Amino acid sequence: MSDTQETEGKQRNVKRFMFLNRKAPYGTIYALESLEVVLIGAAFDQDVSLVFVDDGVYQLKKGQQSKGIGQKNFSPTYRALEDYDVEKLYVERESLEARGLTAEDLLVPARVLGAAELGALMEAQDVVLSF
Amino acid sequence: MSVLHTTNKSPLRTRDLESCLRLSRAGCGILLLEDAVYGALKATSAGAKIEEAAKDRRIYVLGPDLAARGFTPEQLVAGVAVVDYGGFVDLAAEYHHVQAWL
Repeated sequence: MSDTQETEGKQRNVKRFMFLNRKAPYGTIYALESLEVVLIGAAFDQDVSLVFVDDGVYQLKKGQQSKGIGQKNFSPTYRALEDYDVEKLYVERESLEARGLTAEDLLVPARVLGAAELGALMEAQDVVLSF
Repeated sequence: MSVLHTTNKSPLRTRDLESCLRLSRAGCGILLLEDAVYGALKATSAGAKIEEAAKDRRIYVLGPDLAARGFTPEQLVAGVAVVDYGGFVDLAAEYHHVQAWL
């Protein structure tokens, strides 16, 4: 197989994966589990996006201090995602506003999109994994 | 003392807090813990209901759960008291019984 064919083959195998996060951190295990799967998935060189909707936006809130509840503060991991080439982070504007939050309250740069735009982005995915 | 109600779910996700507020009575205590702490924030729509309830009920928030989620006591609505785990135990002993809204 020539280099060109090999490259084309790889491109064809790349799927668009979206991780849809809708739950607050710590109260349930979903947020942490999602992050674990994202990190595992990053090894497979796929097109990955992370989306934060509803209480999921709380996962990115700055200033989490979880020592008092005896749980690991996993929020710094969102900042490390860049090192795994996971760079597409989206937050729904409506969810932020309902919680009185702005992009300033988030611990990592994320694109703030309205529901309509986000819906279109979801439709364009090959796989959407919900947490 | 009367009943200590506890609720641990985000009011933006379930209606547990609403049921708790509807069925709890004047003079009782309501402790918000785990994801329910979001409900006592000024910034959420539930906050106004908590502030209203605080007029005739005692509202408590578990401090370690608030800190874990990146918020401070200053961001809570007026009339809410922050307690630690020791305070939780004291409340459980102080009130006649504990009713959990799971």
